[in-house]
Amino acid sequence: MKAPDFAYAKPGSLSEAFDLLDRHGDGARILAGGQSLLASLNLRLSEPELLVDICSIPGLAGIAVSGQTLRIGALTTHRQIENSTEITRHLPLLAQAVGNVAHAAIRNRGTFGGSIALADPAAEYPVCAVALDATFVLARRGAERRVKAREFFRGLYETALQPGELLTAGEFPLSAAGYRSVFLELARRQGDYAIVGLAAHALVAAGRISDARLAFLGAGSTPVLAVRAAAALEGRQPDAQAIAAAQATLAEELEMSADLYSSRATKLHLARVLLGRALGALAA
Amino acid sequence: MNATWGHASNMDETLLTTLTVNGRTVTRRISARQHLSDFLRDELGLTGAHTGCEHGVCGACTVRVDGLAVRGCLMLAVQADGCKVDTIEGLSDSGEIADLQGAFHRRNALQCGFCTPGMLMSAQELLSSRPDAKRDEIRAHMSGNYCRCTGYHAIVDAIEEVAASRREGRK
Amino acid sequence: MNARAELPLHAPGTAVDKGYIGQSVPRPNAKRLLQGRGAYVDDLRFPQLAHVVFFRSPYAHARLKRLDLSRAAAQPGVIAVFDGRAVAQYCKPWVAVLGHLKGIKSPPQFAIAIERACCQGEAMAAIVAESRAQGEDALQLVEAEWEELPVVCDMEESLAGKYVIHPALGDNICFERKFSTDAVDAAFAKADVVAEETYTFGRHTGVTLESRSILADYNAAEQTLTVYQSTQAPHMMQDIFSRHLDIPEANVRVICKDVGGSFGIKVHVYPDEMATAAISVMLRRPVKFVADRLESFLTDIHAREHKARVRIACTKEGEILAFELWDLTAIGPYSVYPRTSGIEGNQVVNLTGGPYKHQQYRGQTQVVFTNKNVSCQYRGVGHPIAVALTEGIVDVAAEQLGLDPAEFRRRNLIPDDAYPYSFPSGLKFEQLSHHQSLDKLLALMDYAKLRTEQAALRKLGVYRGIGLAAMIEVTNPSPAFYGVGGARISAQDGATLRLDPTGMVTCLASVTEQGQGTEGVFAQIAASAVGVTIDKVRVITGDTGVTPYGGGTWASRGAGIGGEAVLQAGRALRSNILDVATHILGANRGELDIVGNEVVNRLSLESKLTLAELGRVAYFRPDTLPQKFQSELTVTRHYTPRDYGFTFTNGIQACLVEVDVETGFVKLLKHWCVEDCGTVINPMLVDEQLRGGIVQGIGAALFEECLYSEEGQLMNGSMVDYLVPLSAEMPDIVVAHVETPTKQSDLGAKGAGEAGTAGAPAAVMNAINDALRPFKARVTAQPATPQRILEALGKI
Repeated sequence: MKAPDFAYAKPGSLSEAFDLLDRHGDGARILAGGQSLLASLNLRLSEPELLVDICSIPGLAGIAVSGQTLRIGALTTHRQIENSTEITRHLPLLAQAVGNVAHAAIRNRGTFGGSIALADPAAEYPVCAVALDATFVLARRGAERRVKAREFFRGLYETALQPGELLTAGEFPLSAAGYRSVFLELARRQGDYAIVGLAAHALVAAGRISDARLAFLGAGSTPVLAVRAAAALEGRQPDAQAIAAAQATLAEELEMSADLYSSRATKLHLARVLLGRALGALAA
Repeated sequence: MNATWGHASNMDETLLTTLTVNGRTVTRRISARQHLSDFLRDELGLTGAHTGCEHGVCGACTVRVDGLAVRGCLMLAVQADGCKVDTIEGLSDSGEIADLQGAFHRRNALQCGFCTPGMLMSAQELLSSRPDAKRDEIRAHMSGNYCRCTGYHAIVDAIEEVAASRREGRK
Repeated sequence: MNARAELPLHAPGTAVDKGYIGQSVPRPNAKRLLQGRGAYVDDLRFPQLAHVVFFRSPYAHARLKRLDLSRAAAQPGVIAVFDGRAVAQYCKPWVAVLGHLKGIKSPPQFAIAIERACCQGEAMAAIVAESRAQGEDALQLVEAEWEELPVVCDMEESLAGKYVIHPALGDNICFERKFSTDAVDAAFAKADVVAEETYTFGRHTGVTLESRSILADYNAAEQTLTVYQSTQAPHMMQDIFSRHLDIPEANVRVICKDVGGSFGIKVHVYPDEMATAAISVMLRRPVKFVADRLESFLTDIHAREHKARVRIACTKEGEILAFELWDLTAIGPYSVYPRTSGIEGNQVVNLTGGPYKHQQYRGQTQVVFTNKNVSCQYRGVGHPIAVALTEGIVDVAAEQLGLDPAEFRRRNLIPDDAYPYSFPSGLKFEQLSHHQSLDKLLALMDYAKLRTEQAALRKLGVYRGIGLAAMIEVTNPSPAFYGVGGARISAQDGATLRLDPTGMVTCLASVTEQGQGTEGVFAQIAASAVGVTIDKVRVITGDTGVTPYGGGTWASRGAGIGGEAVLQAGRALRSNILDVATHILGANRGELDIVGNEVVNRLSLESKLTLAELGRVAYFRPDTLPQKFQSELTVTRHYTPRDYGFTFTNGIQACLVEVDVETGFVKLLKHWCVEDCGTVINPMLVDEQLRGGIVQGIGAALFEECLYSEEGQLMNGSMVDYLVPLSAEMPDIVVAHVETPTKQSDLGAKGAGEAGTAGAPAAVMNAINDALRPFKARVTAQPATPQRILEALGKI
């Protein structure tokens, strides 16, 4: 499984990168960690003319807290996220999620931006970003715009990124006092793509849940924010009744597709189970 | 830093690339599409890293780049420009993993040997970054390396033994 | 009862000393593998080496109406292109049938298919290029026009035969076999309890980490073909290359250097490998083919796709009276050469009910063609199925009788003093140890304590299960397996031992090494037999030009058969060395022995002469020895078991699981295995073989299945989608032994390579069902995926 032929460029600045992207259009692909892209090239699933390696562009890596925002540069690796004390402190949801991303050797090179831009429906960061109401910074030549995570993921492997645009960072509001996070996923083996998963972030006060953001992965072509489940829980203690009421809403909101091993019914069932367990963990 | 580019054609474009492999500086013209694993094996004759799947799952191709374990099949050789690459041959000759190799040998934590270089690379990274790793953490970390022969038990035993003796040595 | 076979490795009268037999010696040849300094086929470098890639059918069944390779041929780096007709001129087709499988039939198969593809992935053309990448580039320019044909994927549809894949054969049945004792119906009629269940097993595959690899090097000047191949049976391949490429046998040399895992996958003939060899002859240069991972999933043999209904008849006292079995199994469109794809089903019929003392049995199998990938022997062959069927229905019967599963087995296992024993399906057992093994297992796992814990945890909503699997296992086969059917597959093996001038011993053996430790074990035996220290022994395997002729590795035969040849050769060499020593020393032959690299006085152990000195004299100064005396310091012995067609072993496994009844996920808490494989030469190596085999069996029970669409497309042929066991989910595995040596050899070793895989799926399935007992739910399909468990529980 040898990759098809392609050209390779490693721009030293965003402006050079934009030049290349503009010139080659669809024929160019952005190479960051390459942990997904290079696999797909080895499998000959795509045949780009040119890979634009953005790893040398300054300003795209790093984790920094500024005011009430934690910024994760697009080139930040999963390993850096795993080892980051700021993320452990301010974004515990992401800290819980990152250990599920593949295996160490993949995490050593794979990047935050790569995962967001690919938008695999089983990926961990997109649901965390949606649950935490993050914003993505998209740059093009001479301009920059921000798109909320909940609007960024449009369809299967489809995002708000336009041709010629580059994701440069994710901006996360710091977890406020009283908020708790639980990340759960079900996978047959450690590091596999999850069958279904849940990023849950809510305010828990005196045992009651409010402002719950429950983002499911593997429940559609994009992260699904279960707003009806959240509404069913609002202000309540997650006792058996409340959990059941929340679980009952999932059938309407989640759009599972069957995969090789699990029917839609199975996945929906598993999503309900995860919700129950996450709520139990939040309130614990 | 390479800012060169070329038109894609049927004749592979090559890029002048310099990297350090097992302590020796190497400069070659490398085809953009050749992954690091194939480069090490075919161009440099370092056949210790093996090709098992070429989609990053089996771990047989694991080598170390700038101090981190990576899948050689998921890195272009040209991306290693300016990098320091260590392979199993280098780690063996320097003695860095002699204790791991000894433990694997004594416990028969290898049979056909095809996964072994990758296993040792991953194990060395685990022990370097988490010297207190418990048995279940060892199992979780080593899940990135597929072995069909051993069933993993002896591998976990060997790593656990070395973890303990290194901790002993540090005290 | 189970006395260790005495191994008089030294002259009579000295203390019996087993040398290295029974010691866990680390393998000398593992050191280079630890340093990444092995030599697997893909590591080898040859001048002018060309690479072959194959144009493979995207369809499960289709006629190739038009094939145009001209654009591909013009691509950079392409050396040659070939279709099936071109290669057929150099490589004869084959038909995989054997005389002792009555009625077995299969169509001829060509190295590269001509005109019709019968499964997805079948090679239809070959492109030879200077690099693999260029070959793959050129593949994209192959032009092909296809006419799709009806696809038969379902085994029952295939059996019904509405569409016959090979019209000339009349139906889709490759092989069928029926067997019955004469009072089966009477046994069922008088039974107090009759239980019945149907089990399905998903087809799965070996996933050797080193994929299939072959490098064929034809020397046109000498008309010799040297093949470096990742194979288990080099002599078998030598014979096949010779006959099918029409090259005289001794002009073909097959060399196996390091092999990265085999498990039976690499003991078969693959058309793309035959094509590679033919192309080397056609192009008169070395040609290499290494299957990539996608090709491996698609074209490595698959195995174990069965649907089987089994019945058991018991008295109310808990005595098993009879088993009855109907087995249906789906293979690909061809029986695989040369061992045939009828053997697995045949073994299921032979082995079902194996450990038990019932007298009545009826079994049948039907092996049907489909348009999925070919299927053939994979580690354990029919055992994993037979053991799962047997042990599954035994648990069902135990429950209906209200008996503990261990107790029910105890009442029915063949008694340890009942041997030799003839089993209803015709098998003959020399001596097994089922009861001792059961006792040992129950003690090892503290069965009673686990049951108490299980009961307590159930009250807390934690569902653990204990599964047992008793088994018999075929090892050390005689020609009864293949030879009697006309296959040129050797069931004997040889070893040549040579004392080198410096006193080292070189052992050339026909059994091969794929990591199981052949070379280590043979070094132990050779050292013990000759009287040298193990560091003085060098073992060479896997070279038809150098070793004696033999069978290689399959059916757990290496230690038992090859090891015996090494032992006999070692003893004979020792004797010949002592002959030389007698002359050098002018001593009495009876006073001498060899210990620790020296000729010694056998009673006082005083050193008389080093082997290095003896070697110097024998090789360089034979003028100092008596005129009529010739030193014979190279000795060859061969061995094949003669008393029993198959040397059976026995074992018993247990699995402890915890099932999450909300998600259907199974956590493997622990696994135990008590195995009786006769004399254990190296306990560490045997235990590791068992562990590896058990994990492979766990893979089948929980994770692995080759999933096909209705159109015959493999849907999960990558490492992402096909789930092999990885370390996080695997349990610790405790292994112990009972040793009942076989008397057919001095070594007394039986085989152990497959036992782990044979018993593990049954143990896991039984454990899951035991966990689900409070819910009256049962899972009878493997792999037991979360979905299947949730369905059994009624949650989906």
